[in-house]
Amino acid sequence: MKSEFTPPIGKITQIDGQCISLIGNDIDTDRIIPARFLKCVNFDSLGKYVFEDDRKTLKGRHPFDLEENKNATILVVNSNFGCGSSREHAPQALMRWGIKAIIGESFADIFYSNCIAIGIPCFTLPKNFLEEIQNYCDNQFLFLEIDLENSLAKSKDLTLNIEIKESTRKMFLSGEWDATSTLMENENLIENKFNQLPYIKFNTNLAI
Amino acid sequence: MSQNTLFDKVWDLHKVSSLPGGSDQIFIGLHLIHEVTSPQAFGALKDKKLKVKYPDRTIATVDHIVPTDNQSRPFKDNLAEQMIATLEKNCLEHKIRFFNIGSGNQGIVHVVAPELGLTQPGMTIACGDSHTSTHGAFGSIAFGIGTSQVRDVLASQTLAMNKLKVRQIWCDNKLSQGVYAKDLVLHIINKLGVKAGAGFAYEFAGPAIHDLSMEERMTICNMSIEGGARCGYINPDERTFSYIKNKSCAPKNEYWDKALRWWNSLKSDENSIYDDVITLDASKVEPTVTWGITPGQSISINQQIPLLDDLSPNDKLVAKEAYEYMSFKPGQLIKDTPVDVCFIGSCTNGRISDLRVAAKVLKGKKVSKNVKAFAVPGSEKVANEAKKEGLDQIFKDSGFQWRDPGCSMCLAMNSDKLIGNQVSASSSNRNFKGRQGSPSGRTLLMSPAMVAAAAINGKVSDVREFIN
Repeated sequence: MKSEFTPPIGKITQIDGQCISLIGNDIDTDRIIPARFLKCVNFDSLGKYVFEDDRKTLKGRHPFDLEENKNATILVVNSNFGCGSSREHAPQALMRWGIKAIIGESFADIFYSNCIAIGIPCFTLPKNFLEEIQNYCDNQFLFLEIDLENSLAKSKDLTLNIEIKESTRKMFLSGEWDATSTLMENENLIENKFNQLPYIKFNTNLAI
Repeated sequence: MSQNTLFDKVWDLHKVSSLPGGSDQIFIGLHLIHEVTSPQAFGALKDKKLKVKYPDRTIATVDHIVPTDNQSRPFKDNLAEQMIATLEKNCLEHKIRFFNIGSGNQGIVHVVAPELGLTQPGMTIACGDSHTSTHGAFGSIAFGIGTSQVRDVLASQTLAMNKLKVRQIWCDNKLSQGVYAKDLVLHIINKLGVKAGAGFAYEFAGPAIHDLSMEERMTICNMSIEGGARCGYINPDERTFSYIKNKSCAPKNEYWDKALRWWNSLKSDENSIYDDVITLDASKVEPTVTWGITPGQSISINQQIPLLDDLSPNDKLVAKEAYEYMSFKPGQLIKDTPVDVCFIGSCTNGRISDLRVAAKVLKGKKVSKNVKAFAVPGSEKVANEAKKEGLDQIFKDSGFQWRDPGCSMCLAMNSDKLIGNQVSASSSNRNFKGRQGSPSGRTLLMSPAMVAAAAINGKVSDVREFIN
């Protein structure tokens, strides 16, 4: 666990940090944060429970328990990471443990949008590159400097063309990943849409 | 790029604006909330000093954390009590309609909205729950969202999203006797894989799909997300309309005629363009059971658990993990696997037709003495109807426990949990590691009829031997 948690705000252009590798395809959000920890009305305490059951099973050998990973901020995963439940508690738990960016072969859709919504950029790389990075991480420290402006991740002897959806990249660079205010700016358009939709008046019996 | 599909029509209709980054701002016609993924969203509204923009367009119920053995308040579990109390307070404060326990309308959010007639064709529907795809059975575009997006919908009734591609899954012929919607959707996920749906909406179509009842269609769309597609839908037809008619929130009188005309115009056109089309023969599907730790790892009841060599390179890694976690040997038959717990319920298979099918199998039979079996109706309405039909008595006479409505052991947020490495035959939707409440618990997904058969024999069984 890192020092005091501060959530990201505003523009995200650069993320530097040590990588932590977690091997496995189809790692679901139930594994990232088991359902019993969803009994909460805020996200504050989730960081320490990330991967709780997997960590208990591995008795200290889980990557999130290894001493050398305790300051890591960039998570390196395989394919379909974050599948299953829509619980934002999953990326919240990762973020509160210390993760600031994720690089993987692919991500599940809802997990991916949850990451955007809380300010964790997710990048993709082809399978063979990822496996190489994961091998590297298992043997020595890998520090990456992620540059969102140019979609590059650099270490002292490595430059990777990490990929991110263009619309997502722009949202991080502009700060609009925190979408509420952008959405609310179009108040008139929203009201027009509300009035135009054929079914709004169909529904009866909705209001209290 | 897809064109003229229902998805395109509904998306375009709800598009409010193109956002600077290139994604679309989409209006959400119906927002459903529950106690687990909403409290932090209301907290964020408070922090940002925002109001709920259209309180009438949000409907709440309580499902994930509710106990199913004793629902009197305060709940025994303090955290669960805190969550329901928080939802009550938030709904009251923001004037949101809340179907609480005892209202006659409480239940699993994806069971409740359709049975009230809230879910209608052509709507966009969002909920902080991945199984929101269920509502696509009515020809709505429905998808799960996270808590920050719940906040955005509360504050603006809109979401920032990238438009999905559309894959049509055409199912020819008809399901055979003893084979159900659950078997079909498990089969589809197995064939396409658990991540094939990423970036796609799934349109389920073809004679086998339109032959299904509305509740069976909900089972299909419900599990779209298990194939990676956050949204799945079926074009509405007469069966859709007659299901909705006369439901308490359905359009009435002159609005009904208007709604019907509009709904009929929404279907994907004959000349629609899809990003991808897959065809399969539904008559070939057999009762299907999962053997692994993802919903894609399934086989027919008479098949063997696949050998590593039979799997594609991408599937091998998870298969190895699955053999170990499930304690199965490659090549082993799934049939006759002993089960400890049998669970009938969930947003996938907790509706009245599911209970009817299971009760038919159970009638006059007894649950194996080694099995703990329990049935959890999807909603208070389902429970009341089941009692009216005497189904609860059939369940109880057979040795099933009859519980109160909720999500229960689908995700085990209440006290309904597996213990140790128990094996459960479950009508729910996920067989992930630890999903049913024990970090070493093992889940075999199957249809409710197959769960009933497993309960009687105490082992995985072919339900066709019970109904033929």
